[in-house]
Amino acid sequence: MSRGRFFAGVVLGVLVVAPFLPMGGVQQYVLHVVIQIFIWSFIGQAWSLMGRFGLVSLGHGAFLGVGAYTTTLLWNFYSLTPWIGALLAVAASVALAVVLGIPCFRFRVIGHYFALVTLAVGEVIRLLIIAERDWTGGSLGASLKTAGTASGLWTLQFADKRVFYYASLAMFLAGLWVWDRVDRSMARSALEAIGEDETAAASVGIHVTRFKLGITVISAALTALGGVLYAQYISYVNPDTLSGIGVSLKIVFAVVLGGMYSLMGPLVGTALTTALSEGLRIAFGLKFLGMADTIYGLLLIIFIIFLPSGIYGSIRDAIRRRSTASKTTAPA
Amino acid sequence: MEPIFLVEAAINGILLGGVLALLALGLNLIFGVLDIVWIAYVDLVMLCMYAIYFFNVVYGWPIWAAGLVSLAVGTLLGVGVHLLIISPILTSAPINQLLATGGLLFFLQSVATFLWTTDHKTVRLSLPSYEIAGIFLPATRIIPFAISILAVIALYFFLTRTYIGTAIRAVSQDRDAMSLMGASPQRIYIVTSAVGGLMAGLAGALLIFQYSVHPFFGGQFGPLTFMICVLGGLGNMVGAFIASFIMSEIIAIGGVVISTEMGYVIAFVIFIVMMFVRPGGIMAKRE
Repeated sequence: MSRGRFFAGVVLGVLVVAPFLPMGGVQQYVLHVVIQIFIWSFIGQAWSLMGRFGLVSLGHGAFLGVGAYTTTLLWNFYSLTPWIGALLAVAASVALAVVLGIPCFRFRVIGHYFALVTLAVGEVIRLLIIAERDWTGGSLGASLKTAGTASGLWTLQFADKRVFYYASLAMFLAGLWVWDRVDRSMARSALEAIGEDETAAASVGIHVTRFKLGITVISAALTALGGVLYAQYISYVNPDTLSGIGVSLKIVFAVVLGGMYSLMGPLVGTALTTALSEGLRIAFGLKFLGMADTIYGLLLIIFIIFLPSGIYGSIRDAIRRRSTASKTTAPA
Repeated sequence: MEPIFLVEAAINGILLGGVLALLALGLNLIFGVLDIVWIAYVDLVMLCMYAIYFFNVVYGWPIWAAGLVSLAVGTLLGVGVHLLIISPILTSAPINQLLATGGLLFFLQSVATFLWTTDHKTVRLSLPSYEIAGIFLPATRIIPFAISILAVIALYFFLTRTYIGTAIRAVSQDRDAMSLMGASPQRIYIVTSAVGGLMAGLAGALLIFQYSVHPFFGGQFGPLTFMICVLGGLGNMVGAFIASFIMSEIIAIGGVVISTEMGYVIAFVIFIVMMFVRPGGIMAKRE
């Protein structure tokens, strides 16, 4: 374990120092890609807090959209600092999670049905954003007012990408911390039992609704924060890229590709999909629009069929199997 | 608002409901037998619409011949998807089943973007429009509706009057009945996927009358189709048929009274609430 800690420390040190290393003109672009990876891994982690216990949400775009739009619109129309905006965004997202979660869990909407209900919620939020076009800009989206000119801590807008780099890194680490806390808590065993068999879990005195609602609220709050950071960084919000089915599925896919039952799975999956799409974009430019996603979709199907526990999960399982095998075969 | 607009919207809702019923029955048939939701079902329809566009507009075939091509493409896609993707994951966890077909959705959308760009492509048909008592009834809506209803009736006879149809119904009602019937599961699965694909092909041929096709066409009808299936009761064909008309009426009337988006919002919210009160669908008996 201590070797693992040391290794993690080294990686963290490199990550903190990295933006100061001179990398010529490439640096800005590398930073941009890494920031995207951190933000989407964080969102993926938030999703997998629920997903790993069988609460498969196909509508996390709803929380993402609520988060991003709340701060953006409050800033654009009332010049409210995103610091307070983010609090309200989390509150709105949690409220949505509670309104959706209580009936869902009380009436035992599970499995496919839960997935489809969340899908519907994602669509409802996307359509509401489009319908309120006077305010939200409709399907064309909206830009953050004074983007690029009002740099500063109060407005949470920065011309320097390095600020966003540290912010997204910090958020990503905070996400890991939450994951770890859940992993070590009693809630984990309770939620695992619920995921296995709800009726059996309830019969041994586990408060099913409370645990499910708890993890949903945490997941929704973190996803909304991810949305806030994303909106501040890109300084443009759009219903399709933030609330559509496409983004809801993309969050899920990156996590499943990496491995949804593991701490590092979301990062591995997101880094891989981001690197893949960026790499293909650089290699072919816009000439072959859609090619990156084609390869991505194909890989996804292959992975789900052949590596159901994801890349990171499969590698970890293989290493574990090997180490236990060598232990049992070694002479005593 | 003048009442005539409401009447017109109600009639348009019925006409839309026919095509929606076709989509929902195709998806529900597959769900009932295989117990897997094909998230990418409407994206198969999208490919069939492209097939018609290419054969009719680009290669200049007559529209009925292009329609037959669409049926063939749909059937082949149905069987292909079953053999390549569904068959290996029949016993996987439900999450993986959902995601594999979701991955297919992504794949089909991007292949279409890659091959044909994101342009909207339209098949131009010069069909007349009828006016009855101040209500306009375009043939581009009446013909698809009539064909859909005929197809639904044909499906009904297929499921009730043929041996394989009876076997399919037996499987969707009781999985264990299959072995008692002495029918081969693989064969029933393939026939079901083929029929589901055929209906996707037909739906594509009918939707091209009114809609232009583009790679993200699936997003327009996909979520709605699942919701109709679930609302009617997954695997319940009569329920899906009724639910199609309920949803299409809400969308058509809500669209006229408030706005197009709000029509869909109301339909989806009703779906969500129905999941809480009646999770087995509108036709299910209360436990």
